[in-house]
This record gives sequence, C-alpha cells and structure tokens, in this order.
Amino acid sequence: MEALTWTGSLGSTLGPVMIIAFAVFVLAVVGNFVAAFATSTQQVTAAGGAVVVPWRWSDKTSFFELAIPAIAVGLVLYAIEAFTADPTLSAWLAELGLPGWLNTTITALVFLLMGGFFAYLLQRAPAALFEWLIRWSFIVIVGVIVAFIFFSQFAGYGNAGIVGEMAKQFLPVWLALILTFTLSIIFKRRLGLYGKLFDSVIGMIGFGLVMFWVFTAVFVGIFDLVGTHDPLAQISGLKNQPPGVPMPEGEAGFAHYLLGGDNLARDIFSRMVEGSVIVMMIAPLATLFAFMVGITLGLPAGYYGGRLDTFLSFLANLILAFPVILLFYLLVTPEIIATGLPNYMAMVLFIFPLVFFGVLIHSRYRNQPSKDYLILAIVLVPLLMLYLSVINQQGSPIDFWPFDFFDIPGGILVVFVSVVFVNSPTVFRIVRGLALDIKTRDYVAAAQTRGERPWYIMLWEILPNARGPLIVDFCLRIGYTTILLGTLGFFGLGLPPESPDWGSTINEGRKLLLIYAHPALPPAIALLSLVLGLNLLADGLREESLKD
Amino acid sequence: MGLFILRRLGVMLLTALCLTFIVFWLTNLQPNLEKLAKTQGNARMSDEAVETWLGNRGYTRNVFVKYGEWLGVLPGYVIEGTDGETRGRCANNSTITEDTATFCGVLQGDWGYSTVFRDEVSSILGERGWQTAKLMFFVMLVMVPGALIIGVLAGMKEGSRTDRSLSTVSILSTATPEYVSGVVFIAVFATATFNMQWFKGTATSAMDNITFENFTLPVLTVALYGMGYIARMTRASMTEVMTAQYIRTARLKGVSFRNIVLRHALRNALIAPFTVIMLQFPWLLNGVVIVETLFNYKGFGWTLVQAAGNNDIEMLLGVSVVSVFVVLATQLISDIGYVFLNPRIRIS
Repeated sequence: MEALTWTGSLGSTLGPVMIIAFAVFVLAVVGNFVAAFATSTQQVTAAGGAVVVPWRWSDKTSFFELAIPAIAVGLVLYAIEAFTADPTLSAWLAELGLPGWLNTTITALVFLLMGGFFAYLLQRAPAALFEWLIRWSFIVIVGVIVAFIFFSQFAGYGNAGIVGEMAKQFLPVWLALILTFTLSIIFKRRLGLYGKLFDSVIGMIGFGLVMFWVFTAVFVGIFDLVGTHDPLAQISGLKNQPPGVPMPEGEAGFAHYLLGGDNLARDIFSRMVEGSVIVMMIAPLATLFAFMVGITLGLPAGYYGGRLDTFLSFLANLILAFPVILLFYLLVTPEIIATGLPNYMAMVLFIFPLVFFGVLIHSRYRNQPSKDYLILAIVLVPLLMLYLSVINQQGSPIDFWPFDFFDIPGGILVVFVSVVFVNSPTVFRIVRGLALDIKTRDYVAAAQTRGERPWYIMLWEILPNARGPLIVDFCLRIGYTTILLGTLGFFGLGLPPESPDWGSTINEGRKLLLIYAHPALPPAIALLSLVLGLNLLADGLREESLKD
Repeated sequence: MGLFILRRLGVMLLTALCLTFIVFWLTNLQPNLEKLAKTQGNARMSDEAVETWLGNRGYTRNVFVKYGEWLGVLPGYVIEGTDGETRGRCANNSTITEDTATFCGVLQGDWGYSTVFRDEVSSILGERGWQTAKLMFFVMLVMVPGALIIGVLAGMKEGSRTDRSLSTVSILSTATPEYVSGVVFIAVFATATFNMQWFKGTATSAMDNITFENFTLPVLTVALYGMGYIARMTRASMTEVMTAQYIRTARLKGVSFRNIVLRHALRNALIAPFTVIMLQFPWLLNGVVIVETLFNYKGFGWTLVQAAGNNDIEMLLGVSVVSVFVVLATQLISDIGYVFLNPRIRIS
C-alpha cells in the first residue's frame, strides 16, 4: 500500500478552482471592507444623494486612504503566495541569483505595488461589484466542497486522497444532514423559531456545523460507524507517522491511518470522531443541569429580592471570583475524589431538576389535587430513581441504595459536576436579571391581582417570557461548556489519560508539538468548529428572534 | 460615593476571606495532606509515619485554628515533636529562638514557605507576578485597541456588510479558546509544517529578554480570545449610540460622518466597553494559565499549575489571594469608573 496524498487525483481537477474561488473571496471581502470604509466618510457630506463618489487624487483623499488598503491587500496577496505549494515569484527571483536582501525588497515592492493597484481598483469599483463577487465566490467554494464530497463517494479507494476517504467515512452523517436540512426547509413555516433559523445564512451554517458533530457522535457512539480503527488500539510502527500513512503488511482492517498516528501509535482520525461522543454526552446535559440550577435559584432571587437575593448573589459572585482553573485543580484531583466531595456536590446539584419539575407541576395543578398527584408521580418517580442511581456510586462514600441501575464512570461524574458548578452562577445571574426586568410588566401585575402564588408567577408567567434570551444563551453556554471540558482535558484533569476526548488529545499532542504538529491539530480544529457552530447558531437565533 | 466604595470594600474583604478559607479547607483535606507528607518526606512512609510527620508539623489540628494561624490572628504553633525536635511555625519549622514572632500570618506580611519551590511565597509571587504583568501588559496593548477598532467600525453602520464580516470575525475569535489557537499558531508559525517558521514555539527565553520572535505567539493567543468579546460589546454600545437623538441632530446639522463618529459618538460609546475590559481580567487570568503552560513561560499561571499539582498549600493560598484580589479590585474599578465616566450618574 502506498501512502495517501491529501486530495488524490480528484483534487487535481477541483483544486485550482477552489484556490481561485478562495482568492477571489478573500480579495472581495477585503475590497468590500476597504470600499465601505472609504466611501462612508463621504457619504454623509453628499447630503444623502449620490453614494458612489469616484476616487480621484485630490486634497480630500489622504495618503493613508490609499496606503493602508495597499498594505492590507499586499499582505493578503503575499499570504496567498506563501501558502501555495510552489511560490512563483520568490522561486523565479531565487533563480536570478540576486543577494537575499534585494530579493526580499523586490518581493515586498512588487506586492506593495500590486496591493496599491488593487486598492486603486477597489476604490473605483462600485460596492455592488464586491457584493456580487463575495456571493458568487462563496457559492463556488461551497459548490466545490459539495462536489468533492459527492464525487469522492464514487471514486475508487485512494483516488480522492485523505480528504476523500474521510468524506466517505462520514457518509451516514452527510445523509442525515441532507435529510434534516431538506425536511426543515420544506416545513420551515410551520416550525416556529427553529424554522426561522433557515432564513439566515449564518444560522444555517452554525446549525450545519453543530448537527455535523451531533450526527457524528450518534453514528460513532451508537452504530460504531464513522471511525476506521479502535481508538485505543496501537499498531507498532505507526508512532507519530504523518497523515495518510499505510498500515504495515499483514494488519487487517482499514488500510491507512487517515490523519496519521499519535505518540502511542493510535489512529488520530478515529480518536477525533470518538472524542465527539464524549463531548456530546457531557456538554449539552451539563449545560441543561446548570440551567436548572440557575433558573431554580435565579427566579426567586430576582422576584423576591431582599435578603435572599443578597445571599444568593453573594454566593454566585464568590464562585465567579474563583479562577476557573484553580477551582478545577482543587476539585478534580484524585485526592479530592477520594474524599467523596464531588459525590456530595453531585447529590446537591442533581436535586435541582427534581425540585424544578416538582414545583413547576405543583404550582400549575395545585387546585386539582388528583391530577396534580398523578402528574407529579409520573414525572418525579422515574426522575427520583434516576437521581438515586446517578448519585449512588459503588465504592464511593454514597453507597446505600440497593437498586443501583448503573454507575457513571468516575471521571465523567467528577467532570460533569465541576462543569455544572462553574456554569450555574452565570446562568443564575442572567435569570435573576431577566426576572428583575420582567416582574415589572403588566401581565405579572395582573397575575398578582388575580391572586396567583409567587411560584406560579415565576415559572408560568416570567420564565416563558424570558425564553428568547435563555435559548440563545443556552446555545452559547454549550459552546462554553465544551471549552471548559477541553480546558480540563488540556490540564489532564478528570478523564483518564487514554480518553479520546478533544481536550485530552490536544494535551497529548502538545507535548511533542514542535516536532510533530499533526496529532494536536485535528482535535483542536474539531473543537473549534463545534464551538464556532454553536456561536453562529446562537447568533442566528438571536437575529431571527429579534425580527418579530 | 464614599459609602458605596466602603461597602464594596467590605464585601470584597468578606469574599476574599470566604474564598481563601475554601481553598485552605480543600487543600487541608486528609488525602491532600497525606500526599503532601509523602512528597515532602518519604514516598514509602507507612500510615503511622505519615500521621507523625503531619502531627509534628501541626497539620493534624483543627482547620479553623490552622486558618487563623495562616491569617495571623492566632499565635503560630510551637510543637514538641515525637522525634524530640521542637518546631515553631514562625521559625520555619526549626527550633524557636528569642526573637521568633508569636504571630506570623498574612496580616503580618508572612506569606509562608512554598514546599515545591523551596522559597518564600512572597518572593516567588513577586517574581512570577512580574513576569505575568509583562505578558498582561502586551496582551492589553494588542487586545484593547484591536477590539475597540473592530467594535467601532462594526457598530458605525449596523447591518452593513462591514458590520457583518467584522461580527463574524469576532464570533470566530470568541469561539477559539486559547489552547486551540495556541496549538494552531505553534503548528503553523513555529514548526516547519506550513513553511512559515516565523516565530518561536516557546516563550521561556522571553522571561529575561522579550523579542518579537518569542513573545508574539503567546500575546496573540491570549489577546485573541478576549478580543472578540470586547469587540462585540463595543459594537453593541456603538450601535446604540449611533441611533441616539443627538447623533441625528449632528447629521442634520451637516457634520461629516467622520466627525460624528470621532467627536460625538466615540466618547459615549466607550463607557460600556470600559467596564467590560475591566471585567475581562479574571478571564485573562485563565488564558494566562493556559498560555504560560503551553509556551512554558514561568509566570503566575505556571506557578499556579505547579502549586496545585503538588498541593503546595501556602503557595496555592498566596496565588488565590492574589488572583481573588485582582478579580475583586477590577470589579471595584469598573464600578467606580462607570460612575465617573457616565455624566448622568456623576452629576446626580
């Protein structure tokens, strides 16, 4: 078996299109920015009339208006030249055999001149041109990526290179994404806020990125599909090998390590996709718990105010004043775990969902006792069983409950608890602020006049009206929780060192980063794309929810 | 105003006391003490030996008494050990003499002795803190102007394409935690992977001699994560100001757009970011810990990791006192600054 190249033979046809489209996109974005900045200063003086003022070398145009764009565009061009595999200009100059400093000067001058020329063009070109260029180059880039993924599914093994083989591995994820997007776009008018998300490009990109990792986690965790190797299996001879390295003779299974081998000769690609399972298991759930805690404490603090508010706010500020990393180091060491402190904290923190649902139901059906008790029993009994099973860990200080259905692996519980603990004060502050704001509204006063109980007002009047900002913050906070999980892994806290989660793999990879850069990059980029997706999703949601 | 500051100072003191006590209690839990005894004494000590070792050094007493001693409100212990040696807290666990002080805690200026670095905590804090202060200074130098420029440019015209592209940039920067951007920066600019080996991947040499080559990547890594957030806050405040009545008046009066932005809008738009920048300090502290570990720059954050990893009780307490005071002091400054900057509050 030969080593794989990055894009194989398929890349040689699509590659140049991609490079050109990307270059046009970057230039158009810079150009648009420069043009917007240059014209904006003159727009208002034109008394609301003509917007496009042709550029001319007059006393109105300062030197900087041309020089700054020239340098900016020059730098972009230089970066493009530096990134391409065979730099044309510097190679050509090197052949002339000039001294080094002259070589550099000529290169710099040429790029500055080219930059100046482009800047000149940019300032003369109408803004609409850039809009057009940005839109179409973006469509071409997306089209090339989609075409690449599509064609690589039919290419023979190895013809589409490493990227193509990865695209093939992700096939179930692509199908699930296509299905989700098609259905959502068809029915978007009937889906409320979720449907409106598909009106904003940013929101769709964010949603796509998030769902990509959600589906990956589902297919890896439940169906064991996407990964190519066992994330813990070591194959001798593949230690620190570069991406696309073939398996040694006689090894069964997938023929290559797509993203190379790590320091312990494990497959980086499989570990990266396996890592998404751990993140998807912990981050959304931990955020949900933090929200339960924050809401259950924040609503009364904001609604009642007074001593309760002072006390709870003091506690929240106390936790927030801790540097997060110090807190992690104090909570997530084997010595502290031995004392059972995280188990006690789990006991306290995990009771909040029970309290929340109990109060939520009781406050609503207080006047219909039979219905009240029925619903309470239906909801609370399974939750209570779950709660007792979760907090009850064999061999830990809390081990009294005979019907323990499952044990969460020790590391995960500790990580979960500490992440919930760190997140809930911020949620508390947000909910408290919202409650303070909403309790002055008329409908709250109406409910008070009607004689509703305080908890009914808090949970059924205030909370539903605070949902917009809370949903947006929920998305952002999942991203932040992912970052926190990565931080824990980065310092080697909590999860066992062989765990494939992204933080731990980055930590493993950084130790040899200056010699072998490839093991640390895939998990870093995976984490970045997920958090970016969540942030873009939150931004799209915020924008769409503000529209009405 | 005076009363307000006084009350804030009171709350600050109470918070600091609570926090240090929590740290003290956590580091003084039995398993942590056993680990300390084994790393400081002998790794193969028996359980009884550990007990005596701890007892001789006063670790086995009530946690409140120990905390009081550390704080300097209770007299330091003098214990006649089972090995016949007399150890006094104020004499660094050696025999006490005539001029040994009775009280030796933080209040007396005695921060204790670091068991990992084998030096006075106060001198380590001073030295490491200075290194981190240098890093912070350059981070601020990059982050604050960058964020303000991005935010003001984006907020100048809400909804324009400039606004949208700059907002996307700031979202990207808030979505990139330090350990991701640091790893990517090192891989791209400090290794031969992409043929752009422009900077150094470690900042150890920057402790004595800061150069462009060894300090750019760490500074950029910390600055990038905070930049997006401040930029978004600046943008929000700028867009709000740009829709205000007096801006419309200025426009109708025929003031040029540049003058509107620079003279009328900017000053009012920068009040909110000021508080945000001040409140960023605690976050920067996190970033500093990650970056100092990643780039092997031996500053405050690196010290924290070393102290926490080895349960160096007094060092950890020193570190947490300093960081808690940084956090609380910046909160106080941001509150006071907000009052001073905002004429509506200042005059009333």
